[in-house]
Amino acid sequence: MAEEMRVVLRNYGKINPLKIEDYLSVGGYEALKKARTMTKKAVIEEVIQSKLRGRGGAGFNTGQKWAFAHETQDDQKYVICNADEGEPGTYKDRMLMENDPHAIFEGMAICGYAIGANKGYVYCRGEYPHLITILKTAIYQAKQRCILEDFDIEVRTGAGAFVCGEETALLESIEGHRGEPRIRPPFPTQKGLWQKPTVVNNVETLANIPVIIDKGAAHFAAIGAPTYPGTKILTLSGDVNNRTFFEVPTNTTIREVIFEFGDGILGDRKFKAVQIGGASGAFIAANDLDTQISFDAMSAINSTLGSGAVYVLDETRDIIDVTTRIARFFEHESCGKCAPCREGTARLHELMWKLNSGRGSAKDIALLKKLGRVMSITCLCGLGQAAPTAILTTIERFSDDYEAKLM
Amino acid sequence: MVNLTIDGIKTSVPDGSTILQAAQKIGIHIPTLCAHPDRIVKSNCRICVCEVEGSRLLQTACSQPVFEGMVVKTRSPKVIEARQIILELILSNHPQDCLNCIRNVNCELQHLAKEYCIRENPFKLKTKGLPKDYSTPAIFRDPNKCVLCRRCVETCTVIQGVGALGLENRGYHTMIVPSMGKNLGDSPCVMCGQCIHACPVGAIGEVEYIDELMEAIADPNTIVVTQIAPAVRVAIGEEVGMKTGEMPMNKLITALRQIGFDYVLHTNFTADLTIMEEGHELLQRLTTGGILPMFTSCSPGWINFCETYYPDLLDNLSTCKSPQQMFGALLKTYWADKMNIDAKKIFSVSIMPCTAKKYEAFRPEMNASGYQDVDIVLTTRELGRLLRLCEIDFDKVEPSEFDPWMGDYTGAAVIFGASGGVMEAALRTVYEVVMQEELKDVNFTATRGFQGIKEAEVDLNGTVVKVAIANGLSNARKLMDQVRAGESPYHFIEIMACPGGCIGGGGQPITRSNIKREERIASIYIEDEQCAIRKSHENPEIKMVYEEFLHEPLGHKSHELLHTHYHAKNKRLI
Ligand SMILES: Cc1cc2nc3c(=O)[nH]c(=O)nc-3n(C[C@H](O)[C@H](O)[C@H](O)COP(=O)(O)O)c2cc1C
Ligand code: SF4
Ligand code: SF4
Ligand code: SF4
Ligand code: SF4
Ligand code: FES
Repeated sequence: MAEEMRVVLRNYGKINPLKIEDYLSVGGYEALKKARTMTKKAVIEEVIQSKLRGRGGAGFNTGQKWAFAHETQDDQKYVICNADEGEPGTYKDRMLMENDPHAIFEGMAICGYAIGANKGYVYCRGEYPHLITILKTAIYQAKQRCILEDFDIEVRTGAGAFVCGEETALLESIEGHRGEPRIRPPFPTQKGLWQKPTVVNNVETLANIPVIIDKGAAHFAAIGAPTYPGTKILTLSGDVNNRTFFEVPTNTTIREVIFEFGDGILGDRKFKAVQIGGASGAFIAANDLDTQISFDAMSAINSTLGSGAVYVLDETRDIIDVTTRIARFFEHESCGKCAPCREGTARLHELMWKLNSGRGSAKDIALLKKLGRVMSITCLCGLGQAAPTAILTTIERFSDDYEAKLM
Repeated sequence: MVNLTIDGIKTSVPDGSTILQAAQKIGIHIPTLCAHPDRIVKSNCRICVCEVEGSRLLQTACSQPVFEGMVVKTRSPKVIEARQIILELILSNHPQDCLNCIRNVNCELQHLAKEYCIRENPFKLKTKGLPKDYSTPAIFRDPNKCVLCRRCVETCTVIQGVGALGLENRGYHTMIVPSMGKNLGDSPCVMCGQCIHACPVGAIGEVEYIDELMEAIADPNTIVVTQIAPAVRVAIGEEVGMKTGEMPMNKLITALRQIGFDYVLHTNFTADLTIMEEGHELLQRLTTGGILPMFTSCSPGWINFCETYYPDLLDNLSTCKSPQQMFGALLKTYWADKMNIDAKKIFSVSIMPCTAKKYEAFRPEMNASGYQDVDIVLTTRELGRLLRLCEIDFDKVEPSEFDPWMGDYTGAAVIFGASGGVMEAALRTVYEVVMQEELKDVNFTATRGFQGIKEAEVDLNGTVVKVAIANGLSNARKLMDQVRAGESPYHFIEIMACPGGCIGGGGQPITRSNIKREERIASIYIEDEQCAIRKSHENPEIKMVYEEFLHEPLGHKSHELLHTHYHAKNKRLI
């Protein structure tokens, strides 16, 4: 029987997030103290050795990212906590901020120390207004006790667009511009917020940091899958009995997630498909259920772990209809900057709508495949690149469903 | 230097180069749409994508820096497929209107469609259905044809410092819109037309007056007279397959007569006149404690800008009308009298490198002759269309001369077309007026060139006169802010709204890079060198107009016909 393992959620339900004393009493901010006794390089080395990879979706080696920012010489640098959490079905960052805000600040302050930044921002999703209060209260308490020393944290409210979670669009948004992604290079670690070296990390990524510093890289690296160690918070939705969240080691399989943690499919119905990683994620069929959720194992089956949202469909679901809704989501969320996404998302939706209403032909499917293939390699940012994922994977893995809806 | 391989060819380029630059060096053409040689990289059209070994994603050549050992494929099937799909996407949201389009055969999108063999677009045609904007007499916009490259926005904001264009909505509904209003006419647009040069397609253009001209030509009771501006000649060749500067003036005169103009005259005549009036105005201000620095006033885009953004500095503007309007006012008075023609019958057409002059001609102040002084303004591009429309074959055209009284000009008038030219022309005359001696070397080279801001000094009998020159309105802003802050060291400032001066005007042949502007500048100074007379006050027809009609610079008649005043524009500006 697979078991939950609470690393990031270590204090969940155990402390009052609005009382810093609670956090301190469970050893909070000890890792920050410890980091400050180490050299900056040693802190970064520790994070690199832990093999922690970003939990925001792209899976980039966190320590490596810090090292880049550390190496860029500048008088001002920034740490940004990406709390935009826009993927449908994802609420893990909200859970963390609601229950353990100081763990995130501690991770940010350690990063700030390591790269030489004295200013941090939490870019918090606009739809989470109650969180702003919690975050601000917690910051106030930390400041009062001078725990963060010269590291200052400010909360910024998101602009309400999915694309603002993309790290460079996030930077534009903080700077007060249209939330649109930037061209890379330069990367944020070279020229980020106000053209200064900046580390952008996800909430969950940052919450792992105190544990790594506290218990050491080796301890962390030993958890879960070797190339993507640690745990992952998953949020389960759709046709499962137990629609909830939990934290598991990264070598847990999809089958375990759905049938053990999720307690199987609702009613007596059969499993049909699961989409992992939110709207950007691939649809996975029954034959791939024994895949581990780790980044690389998912890549091997042409899928992603993404934000860790797990959306299960039972046999009665109309997968074309679901995919059409996803296409509509992307048409709505495209920022409009680059041509293939601006025009392409609208066309993906148009063609899916046609197929879904029974008016499509094999030619439309072929065109969707071609358009999707091109978008996935030409769009400026991850939004446009991932927009066709659900369509391409359902066409590939659920072709019968498409056949059945042809004119 | 960085070593890389493009399509199997090894090359090395400086660190920091893009794939596009590296490919250009070895003669490999990569298509572009949003890229512009003089503007920042935008990387939003994605047409220039290439394969880079080791990368799952295709990379945009216009933005991707090269690295050591990089291997690039610019024309693999994968790349071609991607470019075709992107083009088809753009074209499926674009009116299929080439036959009626102002940019037909001179359009970057059309050219790409041809290069990439776009035939049956698999995507259903779905255009935006937005209304065209004809709210100004100079510039129109057709938002349906916009491909959202944003080159116009950058030009208007960064180069011109106007900020009349911005972005609205997101995703599929993204649009370029005039700021502070639904129409360009409500925006702070100064009608400089620089966005037209920036636009790769026919989404922005000049309002055309060819039909009005043809109607006038067709009417036997109307006498159609044209004035042609100095910057037109250097560029018009580009419209009819000649090199920059190659068109001989006297062949162009014949061509204009063949088109149907009854009389052909030269704005250069009033350029020389402007120097007489403006030069004396400067001297008057210098000697009587007038408001300084004095600003030139011959660029109507600049006038619009000053009225909009610097209404507090309107008194610094020279009261001289632009050469076009001086010409218009004299044409229907002085010239009509001399020719014994009823002014009422004259249809006054000016051919200009400028879009803002279309607007200027319609200003209510501009009817000193008792009629609208200039009836219509055509741009160099419209002249190009007329030449093609009338199938003028320049190999067969015999040279001829301007008609009398308002056709003579000097080298000083010729250089009005380039940034710094008005200043240099003024200095040539002011020097001799003040010093009462011959100016040995008429070349004030410090005022020449494409730089945004130039400055110079002349010693006039112990008084050091400091002058500055700006071209492009964001450069003008820098000088204006200095004046506003009371920190300007200058006595006289020349401002031209367009980068490079009138040779880069909004009505010139579509100008894809500043290199073209520099070529035109060079050709202006060659023409100046070739002029027998190079100082405005030595123009014999100018001497005559003062003897017979105006009597003296800044005199009563001049004030009536050649000078004006300015009004703050009540735009809702932040
Ligand atoms: C459209 C889009 C939306 C994204 N939204 C988020 C988000 O809400 N939260 C997040 O942490 N990362 C998001 N990302 C990923 C970020 O760009 C970035 O990779 C991440 O914040 C880096 O942090 P990490 O290395 O800790 O994962 C998004 C990416 C894209 C393309
Ligand atoms: S891919 Fe989409 S969201 Fe990303 S920059 Fe392009 S238009 Fe904007
Ligand atoms: S803008 Fe270009 S492609 Fe579009 S209609 Fe005009 S000429 Fe044709
Ligand atoms: S004409 Fe000039 S001021 Fe008007 S929108 Fe174009 S660039 Fe801006
Ligand atoms: S109007 Fe022209 S220059 Fe401006 S964004 Fe559209 S296509 Fe580009
Ligand atoms: S030319 Fe490179 S993206 Fe437009």
